[in-house]
Amino acid sequence: MEMIQIKVNDIAIEVPKGTTILEAARKAQVNIPKLCNHPDLPPTAACGLCIVKIKNNPKMIRACATKAEPGMEIITHDPELYQVRRTVLELILSNHPNDCLQCPRNQNCELQTLAADFGIREVPFTQMIVEHPVDDSSPALTINPAKCVKCGRCVEVCQVMQNVWALEFIGRGYNMRIAPAADVKLIDSPCVKCGQCTAHCPVGALYEKDETPAVWEVLKDPSKHKVVQIAPAVRVAVGEAFGLEPGTVLTKKIYSVLKRLGFDAVFDTNFGADLTIMEEGSEFVERFVHKKGVLPLITSCCPGWVDYLEKYYPEMIPHFSSAKSPHEMVGVLTKTYYAQKTGISAKDIYGVSIMPCTAKKYEITRSDEMRASGVQDIDVVLTTREFTRMIKASGIDFLNLPDMDADSLLGDYTGAGVIFGATGGVMEAALRTAYYLVTGKDLGKVDFEETRGLEGIKRATIDFNGVKINIAVAHGLANVQYVMEEVKEALAAGKEPPYHFIEVMACRGGCVGGGGQPYGATDEIRAKRAKGIYEDDKQSEFRCSHHNPMVQKLYQEFLGKPLSEKSHELLHTHYHERPLYNR
Amino acid sequence: MAYRSFVLICSGTGCESNKSGVIFDRMAKQITEKGLLSEIQLVKTGCFGLCERGPIVKVLPDETFYVDVKPEDADKIVEEHLLKGRPVKNLVYQYEESQKNIKIENIPFYQKQFRIVLRNCGVIDPENINEYIARDGYKALEKALFEMTPDDIIEELKISGLRGRGGAGFPTWRKWVFTKDVQSDVKYVVCNADEGDPGAYMDRSTIEGDPHSIIEAMTICGYTVGAHQGYVYIRAEYPLAIRRLEMAIRQAREMGLLGKDILGSGFDFDIEIRLGAGAFVCGEETALLASIEGNRGMPRPRPPFPAISGLWGKPTVINNVETWASIPVILLKGGKWFAQIGTETSKGTKVFALTGKVNNSGLIEVPMGTTLREVIFDIGGGIKNGKKFKAVQSGGPSGGVIPAEYLDTPIDYENLQKLGSIMGSGGLIVMDEDDCMIDIAKFYLEFTVDESCGKCSPCRIGGKQMYGILDRITKGKGELADIDKLKQIGRAMQKASLCGLGQTAPNPVLSTLRYFEHEYRQHILEKKCAAGSCKELVFYTINPQKCIGCGLCAMKCPVNCISGEKRKPHTIDQSKCIKCGNCYTVCKFGAVIKG
Amino acid sequence: MAKITLEELRRLREQTKADIEKREVEGKETLVIVGMGTCGIAAGARETLKAFVETIEKLGLKDVVVKQTGCMGYCYVEPTVEVVMPDMPRTIYGKVDADVARKIVEDHIVHKKLVSEHVMDKPAADIMK
Repeated sequence: MEMIQIKVNDIAIEVPKGTTILEAARKAQVNIPKLCNHPDLPPTAACGLCIVKIKNNPKMIRACATKAEPGMEIITHDPELYQVRRTVLELILSNHPNDCLQCPRNQNCELQTLAADFGIREVPFTQMIVEHPVDDSSPALTINPAKCVKCGRCVEVCQVMQNVWALEFIGRGYNMRIAPAADVKLIDSPCVKCGQCTAHCPVGALYEKDETPAVWEVLKDPSKHKVVQIAPAVRVAVGEAFGLEPGTVLTKKIYSVLKRLGFDAVFDTNFGADLTIMEEGSEFVERFVHKKGVLPLITSCCPGWVDYLEKYYPEMIPHFSSAKSPHEMVGVLTKTYYAQKTGISAKDIYGVSIMPCTAKKYEITRSDEMRASGVQDIDVVLTTREFTRMIKASGIDFLNLPDMDADSLLGDYTGAGVIFGATGGVMEAALRTAYYLVTGKDLGKVDFEETRGLEGIKRATIDFNGVKINIAVAHGLANVQYVMEEVKEALAAGKEPPYHFIEVMACRGGCVGGGGQPYGATDEIRAKRAKGIYEDDKQSEFRCSHHNPMVQKLYQEFLGKPLSEKSHELLHTHYHERPLYNR
Repeated sequence: MAYRSFVLICSGTGCESNKSGVIFDRMAKQITEKGLLSEIQLVKTGCFGLCERGPIVKVLPDETFYVDVKPEDADKIVEEHLLKGRPVKNLVYQYEESQKNIKIENIPFYQKQFRIVLRNCGVIDPENINEYIARDGYKALEKALFEMTPDDIIEELKISGLRGRGGAGFPTWRKWVFTKDVQSDVKYVVCNADEGDPGAYMDRSTIEGDPHSIIEAMTICGYTVGAHQGYVYIRAEYPLAIRRLEMAIRQAREMGLLGKDILGSGFDFDIEIRLGAGAFVCGEETALLASIEGNRGMPRPRPPFPAISGLWGKPTVINNVETWASIPVILLKGGKWFAQIGTETSKGTKVFALTGKVNNSGLIEVPMGTTLREVIFDIGGGIKNGKKFKAVQSGGPSGGVIPAEYLDTPIDYENLQKLGSIMGSGGLIVMDEDDCMIDIAKFYLEFTVDESCGKCSPCRIGGKQMYGILDRITKGKGELADIDKLKQIGRAMQKASLCGLGQTAPNPVLSTLRYFEHEYRQHILEKKCAAGSCKELVFYTINPQKCIGCGLCAMKCPVNCISGEKRKPHTIDQSKCIKCGNCYTVCKFGAVIKG
Repeated sequence: MAKITLEELRRLREQTKADIEKREVEGKETLVIVGMGTCGIAAGARETLKAFVETIEKLGLKDVVVKQTGCMGYCYVEPTVEVVMPDMPRTIYGKVDADVARKIVEDHIVHKKLVSEHVMDKPAADIMK
């Protein structure tokens, strides 16, 4: 890598060629103020806060979009720059509502931080607030145009990172806003509710639906039997809201706080993940070994991905695994298997799930099959962010709680279950069990490094004693097109498809980078969270789904065997084409 | 055909909208009926420039310059002048009675002009490629393809000193050299014909009157930098220019001057037209390129510059219409010839749309270095209705005002910049004592606020805030602190906006503040508009000494706020007055005072 | 239409240049002014004008402008024509029909010889000697 010499505020530093001034300045211990820039996205250069100067040149340039050149002498702070930046920030603030105290981003807002760091005490300009109704048509997300700072991150994310194209700039100048094309409501747009827009928004203009009031209500209701499940990715991220490093595994503390909050039973989605592997793994064996059904088989546990495929690739529906997501599987079992075991009627059970995901809020009413228990299988989904707010509101000293266990029936999990939270985890878990399902034997080494990591598309050929399985793992919906095109091209030409098994996660990094996770996710943080997941896997007593004793018990006592009629009734679903736009 | 007389009729949009097309048809009919078809050639040409007096009909070789022609005059011109040889005196342009029958080039309007870009406008029929060829059209292309190397062409451009005429004034040769030297399989050439400045129509007239000059120049550029595809991005609000350009491209293709193996040189080049859709910001080069790509017209950060990474990421030369129109002349007459015209830093000529309160408003082309006084008073004929000159606004919504004390400034890029304005694309709006400077600044800011794409905060919010302040000032609700606020926001916009629109939007405000701060203070502190332009700050009162109590004003008042007995002085109730000015207009005794 | 070659373009330019240049007045030193008042037209001045134009075209004379004007006053010898040329005195000719017109072009303009029998206004000195 070619290194170049530059100076920042007269401090000589060396940076790789192609580094932007914004990044280079960090090497000189300088943080240039910024609002619209995000490490995940190419610079849009919109906000105007990151302006800097080159020595002896009166022009001000944007540090985020300008690459450092050899010999450049950059000035990041001087009275003129300070004055102009301050005016720009004051202008932005004059266009932003002054209700931090009631805003979902209170204390967690990039604009608030900037105002505090700049020491703003008054804004000398007239308050001009955009008057436009909030769009809360979507079950998962809300758009509040009044708070939008037009950074453009959500548009970049939705178009470039996710390739969904539900959000666009419409209108011009002061009247410009973010909305779906033709200004339709979000629910009528291609939006797949992945929530990546909410995760990248620096302020309170895009946020998840807050459903904590319903949960608080039900926690006070003695007539309801309250059950809760937590997703794999939640345990390695919840600590961030309490100042801990991303990737700190806090499973037992979470169980503890949930019990303290008043839940009658605490389960774990990882159990559902193990179950999904049994069902989907068997599906794979059906198709791969017994040639019943088409290949490649594509995972379907990510509801954002499910919505995306139904909208953009409906012709590939036969390739989808019919297995529900782990979350829905646990949900339906709480109101059937668990209800039976405890003698509590399904209608008296209230199911809550805590997910890193906003799309799950949509998943629970996706189709009638989400009522396989006779009532709605899961009543409400909370994102990790809502969960951390509940903990804080409850007054419980979370970090100092004693560790507790989950309720085993639907709460015990193997390492294969927890790795669902990272990209490649579903694939790895499936491989561990597929080997057993096909050969009847267990693998010696169960780690499949080739499925791990943040590379957008991971391709590999797994060799099971001479039997070759071609796999592909894609995360971030924009990467899907490449894999799908390869498959479609081969199928259209009558050739063997290039892959037998494909895992897709809508969010970059997999669920650890989900739309409902704590703010500020970057690749660095996603990697740390994933590391925590794989650590948890390594520490687990059992590392393959088929070894989960509670799963075995479930089949023995209730379901029979994978893909049995009962399994199909409760744990499988169907898909159908959906329009991109509802007219 | 041995024609003895040639009748040139202006068919630019201005004259066409005043029925010059009808004049043409009627004359054609009359000429046919009178059996003069083989003797008289009727030619539709481009803009003559004296738009104030259009429609214009010029008869050669008689050198008769008819102005303000109406369709019903067509018959008379044919009957009296063409048939009987007697020019129709009341239609002929008279500068002054004593100067009757003056030669056209000696009319003060034309005397100081030097038409390079407009060389063929008003001379040839833009819909006939042969007429373009006759006037050395495509000769520069021949020279380029067969006698010059790309380096030779760059050298010629360098010597000429040609600077981009879109407003930025960047040396054209440099732009071409960047693109030429970059390695790429595909390169593009783009003509910026978006011309969004209000009141500017230089580019429109050039394309309407001489579309082939653009085609030839772009082909030469393609040869120089290694591009084979050109795009002309033209605003959809120019249907006539688009039609003429489409026709010209088609004719050039048919003749083989566009397409494969041009003139047997082995060089391929073709041009397509892309229409704008009503966004001023798409005149900014990166927004323009985004628009051609089918994306939302929003600017992108630079670097990388379009010359290196432009249309679809490929090296692209993008120049303004006027720049293109100058290229063939530079190659034919040599860069040295071009460099002899103009000033030290600004070579050649510039086309201006001279409008506002001048007598001879229209399209002019003068050598750089001509003074503002010469343009406004000699060419423009001075201020209309004998009023006093107050300031001239140059550069459109990105420019500033220049007051009377700087009238002797020679026009060039650097001089205008020093005065706080810019050359811009060539708009020159002349203002007199009845124009309020704050109102002018507000007018321009209203435009840029409306046209802002909205991407960056300084322009999107700053412009709106500045407009809000100006609006309050014109309504008598200004505060002294507003002046500093305007300067503060203006400065931030200049420094931190992403593109030229935002960076230059504060210029009219800052410039009027620089030279006319007293007017701002008067509006704020005295709540008075001396020019009488800001409605809220104009008061109508009745002078009891002059009022005879006829009651006419009271009758004409739409809100019945004037009262008084018959034959006794009347009074206006200020609390009800809506300042429509009716009373002022109708009073025959000058008893209503405006101020 | 077939694609044009370099030579064809140059030839086309030569041809059309001549046509366009006919409109030009600048740089043309010789003026032929034909009186086109009512009497002139009645006497056939239009034919005279036509003849001048055609002959000039035929002989390829690039330096001559033919203009029309109102009555010159010599109503009894219409059609009247004035010829203004450098190196020649301003001459007014009378009774100029189409044939005389052709002669004036050939003799006066090309050969710088006055067509004496039609001269209305004699030069002050006989500079032809």
